[in-house]
Formats: sequence, structure tokens, C-alpha cells
Amino acid sequence: MSQKELPKEFYEMMEELQAIDFVLVELTLYLDTHPDDFEAIEQFNENAHARQILKQKFEQQFGPLQQYGNSYSGYPWNWDDPPWPWQI
Amino acid sequence: MWVYEKKLQYPVKVSKCNPMLAKFLIEQYGGADGELAAALRYLNQRYTIPDKVVGLLTDIGTEEFAHLEMIATMIYKLTKDATPEQLKEAGIGEHYVNHDRALFYTDAAGNPFTATYIQAKGDPIADLYEDIAAEEKARATYQWIIDQSDDPDINDSLKFLREREIIHSQRFREAVEILKEDRDRKKIF
Amino acid sequence: MAKFTLRKQYRPYVSPFDPCPSIRVKTYVTPPNLYVGFQPEKLPQFNAKQALFAGTLWKVFYDPYYGSEEKEKGGGQ
Ligand SMILES: [Fe+2]
Repeated sequence: MSQKELPKEFYEMMEELQAIDFVLVELTLYLDTHPDDFEAIEQFNENAHARQILKQKFEQQFGPLQQYGNSYSGYPWNWDDPPWPWQI
Repeated sequence: MWVYEKKLQYPVKVSKCNPMLAKFLIEQYGGADGELAAALRYLNQRYTIPDKVVGLLTDIGTEEFAHLEMIATMIYKLTKDATPEQLKEAGIGEHYVNHDRALFYTDAAGNPFTATYIQAKGDPIADLYEDIAAEEKARATYQWIIDQSDDPDINDSLKFLREREIIHSQRFREAVEILKEDRDRKKIF
Repeated sequence: MAKFTLRKQYRPYVSPFDPCPSIRVKTYVTPPNLYVGFQPEKLPQFNAKQALFAGTLWKVFYDPYYGSEEKEKGGGQ
């Protein structure tokens, strides 16, 4: 079976995504207990926007991050293409 | 519902073929203060707690599943290419004869996961104090695993997970303050 | 007054009959969440990459832990 090796850019872009998503996780938990912090909500929305752009860029190169229709599919169906996160 | 994302919350690297570490890490997979227990505990408490803190329980519970996947990744990588002899030497022989390299929800001593790890008293304060204690216990467990580990890359991921317990504990403490409905009053005095 | 630290110490009773060499000073962790109370707004943050590798967005909660082996190699506090 052939196996595609992941290029360096995969790991770099993945780390970028992990970083911005981590900020969003942190702000989410913070806002769950600080719902009136206007500045934090602004920061949250800015990051949410940047995240969408990065997600699109990532998926165009490396395939869908989510399914059930939260990402577009390539042809043929590429959601179940390896590698999975624990394999890389 | 939940939507899976094909990405780990934090990069997991394993630098040494040391299956012994897998034996220790399983504590945080299927142990009393592990990530599975945490996720199930918080998500289950949501149905009987004031709305004000349901979002927090949902989000921390969901994050715990991401941590569970990180632990699974470490165990998978540590055992995937280990020979049966290596696994036996690492003290995983008992696990191997029952499960091969399959992950199984047990603690480090092999005790199977049980629902009794997941406290649910239905009293919001009792449950949140349970959660705070669970986070501190998970933090301590990560410390003891880091003490036993000689793999700098695994330690890096474990330190991330330990730090997350500090944040979760902080948020649960804040949730208690929110339920006291005392925050604005204090500002006046 | 001693400098503030999140690592506290105590001295357990030492018996002349302790079978192993006595550890005279034991330490334990008191994490930063014990001191912050309800988090105030606008606390200093890490940037995104730093935050990921620290495990927290807010500097006040960053509490690195070093294992016994790392401490022996000169890491930690
Ligand atoms: Fe946690």
C-alpha cells in the first residue's frame, strides 16, 4: 500500500492551528465564567475569524479537519484518508 | 452532538521506545482521576446544575476528551512496535495476554475503569467541589508520572496536560463563586 | 520575609530507625489557582504559540513542573 509522507508544512500549519485553537479554548472557558468581559469577547471573535481562514487554507492542502458537513469533501471522499492524529 | 476534529489539541511526540511509560500513562486513560473519568463526570453533571455553569461543564468535559486522545496517542506510539518480550519486560505482559496492544480502560495497576469514579451527588456545590478535587488529583498524577518518566518529549506533553488541570480547577472555583451569587455584593462592601 | 514560592516545604520527623536515608525536607505544590481568586479582567497574556506551549493563555497561571530527573540535571527551581 502506498503511503503519503507528510511534508514539513503540514506540521507547521498544524501547529499554527493548534496555537490559535488553544487561544480559543482558553477564551471559551474564561468567558464561561466572565460573560461580560467585552475586550475578551472581541479577542475571541477576532481569533474565531482568523481560525476560519486558517482552517480553509489547511483543508485545501491536507483534506478535511471535520466531517458531517463541517468541511467540504474532495473526490473521492477523503475524510477517512490516513494519517489520523495519533499516527503522525 | 459532538463533532470530531482530525487534530490533537497539542502536539504529541515520543522520542524513546520505552513501553514501561505506557504502563504508567494508562493511569490517566482509565484511572480514577484520569481523562475519561473527568470527561464523563463533567458532562454527566450538566443535567442537574444551574444553567449558569452548564456551558463551563460542557466545554471542560469536551476538552477532557481531547486530553484522552493525547494520552491514547502516547500509549499507542509507545506500544505499537514493541515486541512481546519488550512488553513483558515493561510489566505489560498481563495486559498483553488479554488485549495484545489494544488500549483498555484500566489504571496503572490494571484495575478496570468503573462508574464509581464518577461522582454525581446532584448538589451543585458538592459536585463542583468534587470537580475541583478531581482536577487537583489529576494535576498531582501528572506530576508523579513526570517524575517517573525519562522521555523529554512525553514530559513536554504531560506538562501541558498538567497545566490544563490548573486552569480547569481555576474555572471550577469561579463556578462556585458564581453559584454563591455573591460577587457583586462583595464589590459594594 | 522569605521570597514567595509556589513550592512549600515541611520537615517530617526523622527516626534513628528509618530504613532508608532520611529525606529531611519534603516539598509540595500549591498551584497558582489557589492565589488568584476570581480571575480579574485584562491580565497579561502570552501570544498564541507561547500560550500553547505553556498550557495557559494567562501568565499568572503558568506553573512549570520539573520531574525528579530534570531537577537532577539542573532544571527546575
Ligand atoms: Fe481537567
